[in-house]
Amino acid sequence: MTQFLSLLLNGISLGVLYALIAMGFVIIFKASEVVSFMHGSLLLLGAYSIARLSGPLGFFPAILVGMLITATAAFIVERLIINRLRGAPVISLAIVTIGVDIILLTELIRRLGSDILNVPHPWGGESFRIGNVGLSQNRLIAILVAAVLIALFFAAFKYSNWGIAMRASAEDGETAALMGIRQGQVSALAWVVAGVLAAVAALFLVGSPTPGVTPAAYAVALRAFPAAILGGLDSVGGALVGGLLIGIAEALAAGYQDQLLFLGRGFSAVVPFIVMIAVLLFRPSGLFGTRELTRV
Amino acid sequence: MSESTATAARGSTASTARPAAAGPSQGRRLLRPLLLVALLVVLLLLPLYVEEFWLRTGFAAFGAIVGAIGLNLLVGNTGQLSLAHAFFLAVGAVSYVYVSGEPGGLGVAELSGLGLPPVVGMIVGVLLAGLAGLVFSPLAARLRGIYLGVASLALVFIGVHVLNAWTSVTGGFNGRAAPEFALFGFTFASRDPELYVLGVPFRESERLWYLGLVLAIAAYLFARNLLRSRPGRALQTLRDSEVAASVMGVNVQGYKARIFLVSSMYAGLAGVMYALSIGSIAPESFGLEVSILYLAMIVLGGLGSVNGAVLGALFVSALPLVFQRYADVIPFVGGRGEGGLAAGEAARFLFGTAIVLVILFEPAGLAGIARRVTGRGRRRPGGRVTESAPDTSSRSTSPVPSEKPAQGSTT
Repeated sequence: MTQFLSLLLNGISLGVLYALIAMGFVIIFKASEVVSFMHGSLLLLGAYSIARLSGPLGFFPAILVGMLITATAAFIVERLIINRLRGAPVISLAIVTIGVDIILLTELIRRLGSDILNVPHPWGGESFRIGNVGLSQNRLIAILVAAVLIALFFAAFKYSNWGIAMRASAEDGETAALMGIRQGQVSALAWVVAGVLAAVAALFLVGSPTPGVTPAAYAVALRAFPAAILGGLDSVGGALVGGLLIGIAEALAAGYQDQLLFLGRGFSAVVPFIVMIAVLLFRPSGLFGTRELTRV
Repeated sequence: MSESTATAARGSTASTARPAAAGPSQGRRLLRPLLLVALLVVLLLLPLYVEEFWLRTGFAAFGAIVGAIGLNLLVGNTGQLSLAHAFFLAVGAVSYVYVSGEPGGLGVAELSGLGLPPVVGMIVGVLLAGLAGLVFSPLAARLRGIYLGVASLALVFIGVHVLNAWTSVTGGFNGRAAPEFALFGFTFASRDPELYVLGVPFRESERLWYLGLVLAIAAYLFARNLLRSRPGRALQTLRDSEVAASVMGVNVQGYKARIFLVSSMYAGLAGVMYALSIGSIAPESFGLEVSILYLAMIVLGGLGSVNGAVLGALFVSALPLVFQRYADVIPFVGGRGEGGLAAGEAARFLFGTAIVLVILFEPAGLAGIARRVTGRGRRRPGGRVTESAPDTSSRSTSPVPSEKPAQGSTT
């Protein structure tokens, strides 16, 4: 039972990080109809900048600058590429982000080389215990920070001008434009927010219990894809639920891997995708996604 | 719909005989077959002259061409974004290695294999890959556009996991050697029978070159004919609008399932050819990167165009190898640690940039550029992916390009 609780807690901590990344996917999709396949390299960019800068700048300034760098990268991509392709089919938009992803990822992996960069988290690698249930401090702080961010995000989405503008343009872009909502601005801001969320997720994902900044962080962002799809690509709440589901499923599979050994070692990394396929079989638009109805 | 587009196609071919350009267009009509024959002769004679490196690169490129044509049928012509191509490649390659491989031990691992003739292995590989596609298609048929793209991502990860875990069949993490190909007792290897053609020794690379050439041409012709036939029109209608297609009597689910079958059979064959060209298979050869490279091929070549897929595959598969070989000649490319870019990195930078530029500026890809250079662009050709759908405001149910079918691209 303690093992289960401990795994559950780990799963939640992983899940909120997935949720942060998945929310980035979702708002980008809502604002500019783009499925961003470059989120993995954005995440890696965030982790890399924070790790590299925390030496010269100190830890907390490095986080800020890292967030800024990631957000700027997302902003530039939106302005230079996505904005020019407004109204293009979803597939070509997705492919263009794959192109950017190839460039960014190649450069980051080249810079990373074979050595592992470490982010010197001031909270270190200790773990926190309630009774027998343990969780690394890094992940505990991740849960708290993510909870605050997610709450802020939901509030902003619901009450702020930006949130309203965003929801309006997601609902009906043309009408929103006629009402004076600048589509370009909404979309650019969505990319910036997604970049910041990715950087925050990166900050915690490269801490204990994961070993430092490696190209493996890229694969983590890919596992947040199922989270976004699972919840429904156009549902922010869905991203949260999807992230938690995926995180818990993965943590449980990793924790009970001795019992799951017949499925092969490292099975837990595949679990998010299996959960996604299982859900999509029954709900092709995800749990909370808008169903596409076809009227003839 | 398929009938009417067929007529439209015929109409547009007929329109090449423009009133003013009747003369030159007739000359051009003769020129084309002549050029094709010349190209074929050059390809047939090449092994007599060029060195082994180019032949090996050529065989790898033939494999990529087969795979790219298959993916293009699915993504470019039917509008189903799939990132699962690497998975189907893996199914083909593993089946070949398992069916034709001899059982035996490899280090600690005990490998099993059926030891059947390689031709059987190749056929089984293609069929099993097709079957895998067919099994995935009910799910695929329910998903639209981008959901399919992400769902297909799952297959790649599951595939790599299985490759790593199922050691007795795949060789596990270290992979497994692929048996040499043989056809009715004639081996495609450097061994018996010793073969000399015009004094040139025909070893493995020369023999494989011809095998690749035959398979690639067969794949090319099949795709061309498929696209020109009724199913081809149906698929393109399906890409343009699923609703319109079903109203016209196209069985949407059925066609989606069948195109998945065909596309993954192409992938299976490409996988077998890949195994032959490398001589072994390993999990890392079938990762997401491979899917992305295949996508790069068809985007660079021009979505929806068979010729484009060929050009794109040639470019993407040969470039890293060429970079590697001529690393000291090409500026900025050098060995690791010499301050330059490694060959693979340079190639990836180039692909990434090329994808972005193509989508931004030349959506018809290399095929579009070629067409423009040869002056055959009668109308902005098909495979236009960045053109906006006419009715974006109504959230049109098909997220795929809503434009006239790509007849131009298939001629």
